[in-house]
Amino acid sequence: MFDGGKRPLVEVEGLKMYFPITAGLFRAKVGDVKAVDDVTFTIYEGETLGLVGESGCGKSTCGRAILRLYEPTAGSVTIDGEDVLAAPPSELRAMRPKMQMVFQDPQASLNPRMTVAGIIGEPLDEHTTLTKPQKLARIYELMDKVGLNRDFANRYPHEFSGGQRQRIGIARALALNPRFIVCDEPIAALDVSIQAQVVNLLEELQDSLGLTYLFISHDLSMVRHIADRVAVMYLGRIVELATRDALYEAPLHPYTQALLSAVPEPDPNAESTRQRIILKGDVPSPANPPKGCNFCTRCPKVMDLCRSVEPEFREVAPGHFTACHLHNQTAG
Amino acid sequence: MREEAQPVLEVTNLKTIFRTRGGEVHAVNSVSFDLKPGELLGVVGESGSGKSVTMMSLIGLLPSPPAEVRDGRVMFDGLDLLKCTPAQLRAVRGPGVGFIFQDPMTSLNPVFTVGYQLREPLMKHMGMTKAQAQVRAQELLELVGIPDAGRRLKDFPHQFSGGMRQRVMIAIALACDPKVLIADEPTTALDVTIQAQILELVKDLRQKLGMAIIWITHDLGVIAGIADRIMVMYGGQIVEHGTVKEVFAKPRHPYTRALLQTVPSVRGERAEKLNVIEGQPPILRAAPAACPFRDRCSLRFSACDAANPARYDVGPGHDAACFWDFDANAPRKEVTEKAHV
Ligand SMILES: Nc1ncnc2c1ncn2[C@@H]1O[C@H](COP(=O)(O)OP(=O)(O)OP(=O)(O)O)[C@@H](O)[C@H]1O
Ligand SMILES: Nc1ncnc2c1ncn2[C@@H]1O[C@H](COP(=O)(O)OP(=O)(O)O)[C@@H](O)[C@H]1O
Ligand code: SF4
Ligand code: SF4
Ligand SMILES: [Mg+2]
Ligand SMILES: [Mg+2]
Repeated sequence: MFDGGKRPLVEVEGLKMYFPITAGLFRAKVGDVKAVDDVTFTIYEGETLGLVGESGCGKSTCGRAILRLYEPTAGSVTIDGEDVLAAPPSELRAMRPKMQMVFQDPQASLNPRMTVAGIIGEPLDEHTTLTKPQKLARIYELMDKVGLNRDFANRYPHEFSGGQRQRIGIARALALNPRFIVCDEPIAALDVSIQAQVVNLLEELQDSLGLTYLFISHDLSMVRHIADRVAVMYLGRIVELATRDALYEAPLHPYTQALLSAVPEPDPNAESTRQRIILKGDVPSPANPPKGCNFCTRCPKVMDLCRSVEPEFREVAPGHFTACHLHNQTAG
Repeated sequence: MREEAQPVLEVTNLKTIFRTRGGEVHAVNSVSFDLKPGELLGVVGESGSGKSVTMMSLIGLLPSPPAEVRDGRVMFDGLDLLKCTPAQLRAVRGPGVGFIFQDPMTSLNPVFTVGYQLREPLMKHMGMTKAQAQVRAQELLELVGIPDAGRRLKDFPHQFSGGMRQRVMIAIALACDPKVLIADEPTTALDVTIQAQILELVKDLRQKLGMAIIWITHDLGVIAGIADRIMVMYGGQIVEHGTVKEVFAKPRHPYTRALLQTVPSVRGERAEKLNVIEGQPPILRAAPAACPFRDRCSLRFSACDAANPARYDVGPGHDAACFWDFDANAPRKEVTEKAHV
């Protein structure tokens, strides 16, 4: 929901994350991978903002830069009124409990040598002074919350299925009562029938704990299910941001239109009549993005202007932002 | 209708197991299906349901040990592939049955150029000279839509993007003009816009070349768009099979039904809450003596624990391995009759 009544919890402005490209014996810098290149958006308290786009477009980098798991190149990030990027290490440490991350690969993100109780309890060791029994009580409480049997507390990650491992990752992220969680492809590694279980769990937790999510995914149908608003990324930029219904029912940006039209429908009748926009070619390298509009090399509606002038990201209808020369009029 | 056509491939009662340290894993249990000339058969199922093992068993691609094809018959071109010598099988792979794997990087050789990898099967199986193979290799790359094909033949696999590598894989699989093409999750690792390009390509190639295709995926949307028939696998067996139209309109196995309901869509109605299939898929330590879906099935009743359901006819060319009769909304009469004996 974008209405003014909601309080912004996360405010991202002009965020850039460049990774240097080095070459030669002395590792001289020869360029930058512009993984995230000037993105601005707000996440309101209690909402889920979906972040979609194709592999390599910068979704994960954006999520990590917001939590300052990277040191961003430029921009500002405010979470719950506190400036995350400017905070010195001690203040940042104090902010950490508020903001957490759930990762894509539940296998790789859990320490294989730690028990489930150890994994879930680790943030409690680092950030709280709970006694041993208090800590165990909290671990059990978290396991109950995410639907893990308490009897499994002393087992190791490899003894669990993918879906259960993702529950462990979620319990750990919840340990310190965060306000904001970046979920980076939390269901991508899971089977279709297990994905729904994890998504429902995330939704239930959001309702009961008042959580705010940045939900990163390339699964457009799942994002339609879980997100209140959706941002579409292409080559390091956000090209469109709107409420879920506006984005899925009336997408404005040619890239969003192509992306949505490429998703096949589990319905043979609909499939036989569906209009598809087939994009030509591949996504260009973020080390060398095209001039002008960065989508101009694949855009079916490209105009001369697009190859030289970069379109501004602007609000073209209330709450509906896009960066495209076809939509140059500003709202209101 | 293709009903009358002789199948190009006929698989009967295929059983494949793995010997692991923890004991046997019964990966494929009595799988039977056929493939008609020119048709596209879609195979869906969760990971571990036996899709890949089934297809690799057919053409002897599984390492043995640990794999053992324990039973079955695979008729292709008058040959039982399960009885073939390794040399006979090598002759079948390529010109008879082409294979596209999920991860192109593991099956493309990183040290040879794409041109070399395309020419090799042409020279080996089609008796072409190097010059002829070079011309054909370029045609194949053009066929799968790689721009500047002549020059790209000199490139190595890592110089291509993921989508292009998958195209190269398709080109190699097509090189010997196979009668049957088996594609194992060829688009799972790709982005949707690239997947859409590949799906268009396959539709186009089918029309041009008329080969029969087995397409493995976990994406029901992909099947809905390109397949003629669909085969749903669960726990190492086929639990439902029929024409795409029939199965999507009238799914007759609880797993297929649940799967169709859990998948959200980008179009049409948006459900407030996702339907869930609770529980986990089974680990098959032995050939199942009961319905493999029973732990997750909301319709489970006594018969389901007593025996593994056979594939019952539920419509024209449509069968489902379930004791529940959805049309009568009651247990199948075969089950109730048995109970009275
Ligand atoms: N540590 C790094 N050093 C250099 N380049 C990086 C680094 N991390 C990411 N990149 C590059 O930044 C770009 C964006 O990567 P990112 O991981 O954010 O993509 P993504 O949208 O999350 O993709 P996916 O859907 O595949 O997870 C890519 O080109 C990637 O190769
Ligand atoms: N090399 C192997 N050793 C032991 N078990 C295996 C091996 N390969 C596959 N399996 C088992 O066989 C079953 C079917 O696997 P597979 O056909 O790869 O599933 P799918 O392709 O449907 O995801 C699974 O239980 C899997 O763990
Ligand atoms: S600005 Fe031009 S190239 Fe970019 S999306 Fe719009 S029409 Fe296409
Ligand atoms: S046989 Fe029984 S348990 Fe198995 S799917 Fe049918 S109703 Fe469910
Ligand atoms: Mg990522
Ligand atoms: Mg597989």
